[in-house]
Amino acid sequence: MADTTTDGPMLAADGTPLKQSLARALRRQKIRALMLTAPLLIFVLVSFIMPIGSMLMRSIQNTAGTEYVPDILPNVVAELEEWDPTTGELPSEAAFKAMIIDFQVAFENKQHTQLGRRFNYETPGMSSLFRKSGRKVSRMDVAEITDAKAALLDVDEDWGNLQYWATIKANSGYYTSSYYMAAFDAERTIEGVQMKDPDQRIYQKLMLRTLWLSGLITFCTLAIGYPVAWLLADLPLRTSNLLMILVLLPFWTSLLVRTSAWKILLQEQGVINDIWIALGFSDRLSLINNQLGVVIAMTHILLPFMILPLYSVMKTIPPSYLRAAKSLGATNTTAFLRVYFPQTTPGIGAGALLVFILAVGYFITPELVGGADGTFISNRIYFQFSTLGNWGLAAALGTIMLAVVLLLYYVYDKLVGIDNVKLG
Amino acid sequence: MAQTHSNDAFVAFERVQKSYDGETLVVKDLNLSLPKGEFLTMLGPSGSGKTTCLMMLAGFETATYGEIKLDGKPINNIPPHKRGIGMVFQNYALFPHMTVAENLAFPLEVRKLGKSEREAKVKRALDMVQMGAFGGRRPAQLSGGQQQRIALARALVFEPELVLMDEPLGALDKQLREHMQFEITRIAHDLGITTVYVTHDQTEALTMSDRVAVFNDGRIQQLAPPDELYEAPQNSFVAQFIGENNTLDGTVQEIRDGYAIVKLDSGETIDCKPVNVSKPGERTLVSIRPERVEIDKSRLHPDAHTLQAEVLEFVYMGDIFRTRLRVAGREDFVIKTRNAPDQRRLKPGEMIEIGWLADDCRALDA
Repeated sequence: MADTTTDGPMLAADGTPLKQSLARALRRQKIRALMLTAPLLIFVLVSFIMPIGSMLMRSIQNTAGTEYVPDILPNVVAELEEWDPTTGELPSEAAFKAMIIDFQVAFENKQHTQLGRRFNYETPGMSSLFRKSGRKVSRMDVAEITDAKAALLDVDEDWGNLQYWATIKANSGYYTSSYYMAAFDAERTIEGVQMKDPDQRIYQKLMLRTLWLSGLITFCTLAIGYPVAWLLADLPLRTSNLLMILVLLPFWTSLLVRTSAWKILLQEQGVINDIWIALGFSDRLSLINNQLGVVIAMTHILLPFMILPLYSVMKTIPPSYLRAAKSLGATNTTAFLRVYFPQTTPGIGAGALLVFILAVGYFITPELVGGADGTFISNRIYFQFSTLGNWGLAAALGTIMLAVVLLLYYVYDKLVGIDNVKLG
Repeated sequence: MAQTHSNDAFVAFERVQKSYDGETLVVKDLNLSLPKGEFLTMLGPSGSGKTTCLMMLAGFETATYGEIKLDGKPINNIPPHKRGIGMVFQNYALFPHMTVAENLAFPLEVRKLGKSEREAKVKRALDMVQMGAFGGRRPAQLSGGQQQRIALARALVFEPELVLMDEPLGALDKQLREHMQFEITRIAHDLGITTVYVTHDQTEALTMSDRVAVFNDGRIQQLAPPDELYEAPQNSFVAQFIGENNTLDGTVQEIRDGYAIVKLDSGETIDCKPVNVSKPGERTLVSIRPERVEIDKSRLHPDAHTLQAEVLEFVYMGDIFRTRLRVAGREDFVIKTRNAPDQRRLKPGEMIEIGWLADDCRALDA
């Protein structure tokens, strides 16, 4: 076999390089595999990657309605370029004139109210200014105006508000950071970017609350689910199947039904409170419309997501490990802590990750049983786009949440190692 | 007499019964005692109760009735971790999340030994099984044979006086298994520990043990040293379970001078040693080992009964020849002859006469 020891690439029987002919042989297989997975790939692309991409874009695009702000106010943007709001003086006469010109076009296209609403996200009051000025400004004849500043102030004296002009200047680009600023409870003032007053920092508070309650719920599901999973893994098959059905039962009922059931149980005049009073206590407990209610209801709803990964891991641990530990002199407690528990950590990791990530994004349950102090960030996100129509802020909050979860995932990977997580 | 015997016994089962479902007994009235330092093997087919006995001794199962004593003290109510019995499990049960050294240190840690003492003992135990260089590895990085050695070292590292082994060699290939059989007996004898070994492999039982307890149907069928078990089985189950064995059905005709004359169902008569038959007319299963059958008539007693046999199959196995014959209406009669220069090589179809010493032919229960 002299030819195998020669230098250069290995050759196939017909003289082509072996790698090349192997690639050709595998190409058909690869194409077939790709065809089979194509429906899923397309589905994921359309239903997952594109919406997330669109969300990421929305959080930085500076639009009013469907158009970019600088496209609606091209002249104003150009004129304000030189202006520095920190001097404390209003923009130049040319800027006021440009505003009248751009405003008339915007009125024509019925965009002036959308524009007002866009600026109102940053500075309250601007929406009504734009709406009220609409008809009057549109009637002006630009060619005849000699003092545009006076003309506008005549329409509404709020056109002399320095902060309003500052807001317009700050949001004159195609892309804006103002949604993220709002999401981090910061605001742009004439003096620059500042944090809001501590009692107005709602997003920070909601974000921390969401993370804290999700963590607490994860812990509760673990504390309750661990023994159940162990029992399931340990029992003979027939009994464990029955128990498994009980664990899975909540999966088969509507989320709304389950949450409503908790309402019935936990409310002030509800079943648990009635029993509590019947037992002789005089004060009714407030178990719902607060954080306690959210923790109780969500722990119940997310419990299967903790039990199933735990169960699948525990099922693979032979009982002989515990026996071996005991035969070596370990008490039941030591055998559990030193031998059994460490082997279940992949299941704990998987269950905790699953429950935590689901909890962070939960919406219906906190909405229904959370009350004022039990709502999550997701409820606020929903409120932003459905009630206020502020898609940009909703997208920014969503993106931050995504980033936080990815960051936690990364930290988790560093601490536990994602290879150690076993979902089944 | 049973009382005095169990007094000097290190391990004793006294009238032990075990039932899992309250309807059937898995272990029926077990009496067994073994002295210190003995290597006893529990041998039997699966479901014969041998593993249950081992688990009762280890403390993972409780006896339904009867008493188990260790060093004279009843241990029925002592939890497993306080019994101080070393155990080697079928699948080794090495803790996968610990290194080999940590596995070995575990029993010492729970006994609260100091660090230096622990390390010295772990090192000694690893050296004993010739695995000194493997302390830092994880069990998954070891081969089956290596895991087996570590499991053995772990069961011995805390110096128990009694070690239980539950089919520890079942997962190894033949060559490694034979090597480990030798290794385990060597270590057990060197350390002078008492060993109870469970297996369903009769070769393992014969080569390793001081005594073998053959289990079937929840009872000990015979408790004897290996040679006695093989050469003098007490009943037909033991005769058939241990080694290869030929059986012939017949009826006892008469018993004279310590020998029985048995009339086979096919009509021939043969001489046998009566083992558990006592009177004429009794049905019996006659048992004879393949290597005790003689095909050279000149080497038999002149009065010995012989049988006509037809050669059906001749298999050359290297050291021996294995020949299947049709004898007394049965076609599964096997004889083994040594591959010697003057040995006859039988051909299929050949008619021969076979016989044996009456002492080698045992008339057992039918």
